[in-house]
Amino acid sequence: MADVAVHTPPADGHGDHSQGHTTSTGLSNNKLAMWMFLGSECLLFGGLISTYMLYRGRHEGSPTPSQLYNIPLTSVSSFVLLMSSLTMVLAVSAAQRRDDRNTMTWLTVTALLGATFVGAQVFEFTEFVREGLGFTTNLFGSSFFTLTGFHGVHVTVGIIMLMALVGMVSRSRIPGDKAEVVEMIGLYWHFVDIVWIIIFTLVYLIPS
Amino acid sequence: MAISERNPVPALAGSASAYVTPSTSFGVFKRPVQSTGWRSWVFTVDHKKLGIMYGVVAMIFFIIGGVEALLIRLQLAAPNNRVLSAGAYNQMFTMHATTMVFLFVMPMAAAFANYLVPLQIGARDVAFPRLNAFGFWCFLFGGIFLNTSWFLGGAADSGWFAYAPNTALAFSPSHGVDFWALGLQITGIASLTGAINLIVTVLNMRAPGMSLMKMPIFTWMVLVVQFLLLFAIPVITVALFLLTFQRSFGAAFFSVEKGADPLLWQHLFWIFGHPEVYILVLPSFGIVSEVLPVFSKKPLFGYKFVVFSGAAIGFLGWGVWAHHMFASGLGPVSVAVFSVATMAIALPTGVKIVNWTMTLWGGKLRFTTAMLFAVGLIVEFTIGGLSGVTHAVAPSDTQQTDTYYIVAHFHYVLFGGAVFGLFAGFYYWWPKIFAKMLNERLGKWNFWLMVVGMNLTFGPMHILGLQGQPRRMQVWTAFRAGDGFFNLAFWNRVASVGSFVLAIGVLMFLINVVYTHRTAGVAPADPWDARSLEWMTSNPPAEHNFDAIPTVHELDEFFHRKYEENEATGEIHQVSTYEEIMADEATRADKHIHLPSPSYWPIILALGLPLIAYGLIFARLLAVFGGVIILLAMFGWSMEPSVADESDYDPPVDGGPTKELATLG
Repeated sequence: MADVAVHTPPADGHGDHSQGHTTSTGLSNNKLAMWMFLGSECLLFGGLISTYMLYRGRHEGSPTPSQLYNIPLTSVSSFVLLMSSLTMVLAVSAAQRRDDRNTMTWLTVTALLGATFVGAQVFEFTEFVREGLGFTTNLFGSSFFTLTGFHGVHVTVGIIMLMALVGMVSRSRIPGDKAEVVEMIGLYWHFVDIVWIIIFTLVYLIPS
Repeated sequence: MAISERNPVPALAGSASAYVTPSTSFGVFKRPVQSTGWRSWVFTVDHKKLGIMYGVVAMIFFIIGGVEALLIRLQLAAPNNRVLSAGAYNQMFTMHATTMVFLFVMPMAAAFANYLVPLQIGARDVAFPRLNAFGFWCFLFGGIFLNTSWFLGGAADSGWFAYAPNTALAFSPSHGVDFWALGLQITGIASLTGAINLIVTVLNMRAPGMSLMKMPIFTWMVLVVQFLLLFAIPVITVALFLLTFQRSFGAAFFSVEKGADPLLWQHLFWIFGHPEVYILVLPSFGIVSEVLPVFSKKPLFGYKFVVFSGAAIGFLGWGVWAHHMFASGLGPVSVAVFSVATMAIALPTGVKIVNWTMTLWGGKLRFTTAMLFAVGLIVEFTIGGLSGVTHAVAPSDTQQTDTYYIVAHFHYVLFGGAVFGLFAGFYYWWPKIFAKMLNERLGKWNFWLMVVGMNLTFGPMHILGLQGQPRRMQVWTAFRAGDGFFNLAFWNRVASVGSFVLAIGVLMFLINVVYTHRTAGVAPADPWDARSLEWMTSNPPAEHNFDAIPTVHELDEFFHRKYEENEATGEIHQVSTYEEIMADEATRADKHIHLPSPSYWPIILALGLPLIAYGLIFARLLAVFGGVIILLAMFGWSMEPSVADESDYDPPVDGGPTKELATLG
């Protein structure tokens, strides 16, 4: 090891130097970037939703959407997902109060609610396949599974991020501003929820 | 910040200094700290190094795409030619277009944006340096992945727009289209992360005093392009996912026999594809808007008009995609709407042409090579723009669809527009980036051969197209060539000869680069008497860009520090030199400059993507392995602070500025 003179680090937290200075817009770089990413995601779901809307009536060889959809079940799982936004808000609020214990609790609850939603989706998918609608059966099947599947993957990625966040909070391994990291994942989570409101309305509630 | 427990620092008796604890605190690995050798490039997060790497790789792909173009022209030089088989020809024009669009023009524009935007706005780096490095590696690995298809069963053969259902397994049974779809997903990630990064950089990291309307015009155009990318990339992402699901997992999206609508792909592709053409050309518009004022010794005429017309192109670019589909039977209302919208978009583009011309008007013109390319762009792009307006007229377009007339049009706007702009940028910024002046004599050869070459190559294609020669056909026959002035045989030969003149022109550039870097001598720091902040740096720019972040008062800040206007007479006179300005800035030099530290994670994370892609094509297990790499790399990345720990920096020597990472044993 080379001999290098020591330089006493300043006592204050010096997490993120690129963020340390005030930015031109006043928004932190991380948050602005997350907003941009979510803007881009709107177009991703826009493309998938358009594809579904084009093909939802083309269900030759399978039961019709109205025969397949289990509205009560999906309503309950939608409600669960919406409630997870509430618990996410509580997690962000706890993080801003620097209350690690409650942050972790609410993050875990959010992840569990998300997992419940994904579980219901997996159940729904297997039911559909059992009733004769596979991914390759017809255009309705391909576009339905792709749209809701993409959303499910987004929720799953969110769950992984939430659980990773819990682990990193508990071991204090988060570089930079902890509350902001929680808030950013919160932004993503709320976005995924809002997309579900649109999907639930367009796919399940409006009859084709 | 408690990233980990710090080892106690052993104090040395009788010495004021002690050992620094190496960076054990850095997530999983120690951070790479080499500042020389290959590691300093592979693990770098420096926007300037990444800019150069983008440039070098894009240039290599330019040569590959150029060779593909020459093979196409060789095949078409004579009737019933057999240089390429029909299958090879299909792959050749598909990969020529894909390479030029996604692996040359876009990344070359990214090279300029990466290198120059932080310098132009007075920042020390981009907002997310590691993300920047990740973007570069995605582009490189995506490009390599795409081109390995040549050796793994054949490249994509569906045309660059890959119209479904032509891309279905039945019509394109090789893995080429799979490579194409997955490769573009990977380069798409590069574009998306780059877009987010540059938008945040431009919006958030401008030097004090630099309002949006005091931003250099190149930065403005880059900003518009990044917004276009941000919203266009996800649309092609959806289209590519649908295509991959169709080919790899048997989805029905484009199976016409199951009732699929062939227009779905066309709409998705062109909603991306039309903004894409502005993504290709706007950076070059930005470059010439920098070059023309400098070599005219005048400010850009109507800066605000140029900015707002750029933004207007960015908005209108979303409302014209269906003009690529006039021949597909959209119905009269759609055709009329898109026809009018397409004519409307010619207006902001025309505004720019007028502004450039007026910038030249009455200026003290210096026809350097950079200036020649910029003026060349105005002329050639205008020709391409005019033939573009003829496409906006739907009945005329229906006649021209899928003929060489279209090929002529888009090569005038893309080669005469985008590529000429990039070459103007090479000659203009080369002394800034490499502290070497490209040779002007070779430069003139470079320019004139390229101008003559491109007009010889693409000019005759107007005639060929109007005479009915279709695109994407590997042969034409002497029997159908006709005779008289408009016979296909003569003009095909002219185009083929022209393409080789063009190639020699490009070769002149490469020779110029080699020649320049073999000759001794350092370029002057401000050789062109330039106007914007990137020239207010050392030569070449130091790793930290600016000793002191400049405070901006004017558009063209650097020029206004050098010159003042006599209010009575309107005469401009010099008040300061580059050296004086730099000396003045040095008195305010920052003491502590902490640059973002190099990282292993960007390249590791990017390496997972082609593994997934190969895995999807050949062996699913490999895809799982790639996925695991990505997941682990994401954890490593997120636990690594973006800036090295304080203890990893050299202490200030005599209170001077510290910029370097401490060297570790």
